[in-house]
Amino acid sequence: MTRIKSLDELKNKRDELKSALSLLDDPDNPDRKVQIKVAMATCGIASGARSIKDFLTAELSKRNIPSVVTQTGCMGYCYAEPTIEVKLPGREAVIFGYVDRIKADEIIEKYIKKGELTEGVIPRNYSTID
Amino acid sequence: MEKQITQQGQLRIALRNCGMLDPENIAESIARDAYQALGKVLKELSPQECINILKQSGLRGRGGAGFPTGLKWEIASKSQSDQKYVVCNADEGDPGAFMDRSILEGDPHSVLEAMAICGYCIGADKGLIYIRAEYPLAIKRLRIAIDQAMEYGLLGKNILGSGFNFEIKLRYGAGAFVCGEETALIHSMEGKRGEPTNKPPFPATSGFMKKPTNVNNVETFANIAPIILKGPDWFSSIGTKNSKGTKVFALAGKINNVGLIEVPMGTSLREIIYEIGGGIKEDKKFKAVQTGGPSGGCLTEKHLDTPIDYENLIEAGSMMGSGGMIVMDENDCMVSVAKFYLDFIVGESCGKCTPCRVGNKRLYEILEKITQGKGVMKDLEKLKNLSYIIKDTALCGLGQTSPNPVLSTLENFYDEYYEHVVEKKCRAGHCKNLFHYVINEELCVGCAACKRCCPVHAITGDKRMPHYIDSNICIRCGECIEKCSFDAISIQLEPKILV
Repeated sequence: MTRIKSLDELKNKRDELKSALSLLDDPDNPDRKVQIKVAMATCGIASGARSIKDFLTAELSKRNIPSVVTQTGCMGYCYAEPTIEVKLPGREAVIFGYVDRIKADEIIEKYIKKGELTEGVIPRNYSTID
Repeated sequence: MEKQITQQGQLRIALRNCGMLDPENIAESIARDAYQALGKVLKELSPQECINILKQSGLRGRGGAGFPTGLKWEIASKSQSDQKYVVCNADEGDPGAFMDRSILEGDPHSVLEAMAICGYCIGADKGLIYIRAEYPLAIKRLRIAIDQAMEYGLLGKNILGSGFNFEIKLRYGAGAFVCGEETALIHSMEGKRGEPTNKPPFPATSGFMKKPTNVNNVETFANIAPIILKGPDWFSSIGTKNSKGTKVFALAGKINNVGLIEVPMGTSLREIIYEIGGGIKEDKKFKAVQTGGPSGGCLTEKHLDTPIDYENLIEAGSMMGSGGMIVMDENDCMVSVAKFYLDFIVGESCGKCTPCRVGNKRLYEILEKITQGKGVMKDLEKLKNLSYIIKDTALCGLGQTSPNPVLSTLENFYDEYYEHVVEKKCRAGHCKNLFHYVINEELCVGCAACKRCCPVHAITGDKRMPHYIDSNICIRCGECIEKCSFDAISIQLEPKILV
């Protein structure tokens, strides 16, 4: 990776990365993807998040759903671990709690394929600064 | 002005990126404005201008004591030396606290960026993160983050073409609680015993390797970048008169929504427990909240509507601490809670000064005596006097605050102490010497389920006849009460010695 040599370069880089991300999320883009984040701080991993991430990655590709599954840090819902955030292109991100394999399968079939909400949705209970 | 944002519940500043991005991929952090504040500081601000922004913002140390961060940086910047250091205190040791770990695991770049900004402001080119070895994932993610930031030229030599150099190294702690105290932390990093020394000299004049050192907590650092980017007025508009911004709390204990939360200063306990936390488990009655860990105290029902900030917590006999919040219900015995913290302190006291090493041990012994039902009224007085002596004479912050759990429970739950001592009763049914199990003869069908599970064979009785528990043998493990399908076994709050 090339070094970033000035603030302007850093700003360009940020804008470039931001637009790449929003392109993924654009419902009109043929290369759009379902973006899934799995909360994987120590506590999430301890309650089984890693196997959920592997399961989602494998199943989504098996079922031919264009998607990116990434790990992320603590979402703060310790009581409902493992938690995942699913963002369908052009829609608000939804957080699901208590995700085991059965639940993950249901989320793929119901929410990701058909857009129907399943049980276990955690309402976002905070505002952030941007 | 004072309560403007509290209605909205949580506001995430320090946790802004936690759960939003992949901590092992710097590109995602950059897309979410990481290092923009560093770029702005290096290009547009002088060190003093940057320090002034922090001073105006009113940001105070999130490690617990609440020292104004801008002032701390200013003192370090004015120290004259050929070499200075920036230290990040990631030695999070309070029982039940996991704020710093979550930030480091979820958004390591926010801390690295702020450390570089601090380096620029105080004139340091080296940063050290003191992190406990029990946090292997946080260590791994920090290492990846540092490597990636070096590769991108966001740390290292000539950052963003400014001529400013800054590198960050990790130092591992072995998990000693006292090493969260900054002088002990510095000694531990130097390879010496993790023992505190008298202040002054403060680390800002003579710290790591006798050089001026600025030590800040993880959460404090995580607040820096947004303040630079959004301005001090934005930050100081959040919170109360003397405590600005937000605070991260780790909600634990008998609460429905155990979790990591960030609320504006001035939010009441009631909002935190009943709205964000979803109330007490199994709808039991709220008894107390322990804040500030072993250095803090208990807040009770009468404090439920107190706006939480540094001053109000101190006034209520507790302290902000690093942000652990342990919720307790009617089944928790407050004398045992105090004993638990003292047990922790006795194990963690470094032993250097007598009041802490010996005094806390004696406090623990008195509490042990009371929970065993052997306490006398004089013990309560002794507890109080000894607590004040330890507070006044201990060397470092650990000892000076270690009697707080005792003093605060004595103040708020004197009835419970009194009951333990005089009536030999533990109303929570927690102290094993102060209650016993009894079988209700009318409900018992003589199925012998309890008899079979009793590990010490304290239960006797013939088949299909009411059984009997011998309290002198019973160890109060509670197995039988769980096994009984007829609710025939109950707790009787009378001491063992009277049986």
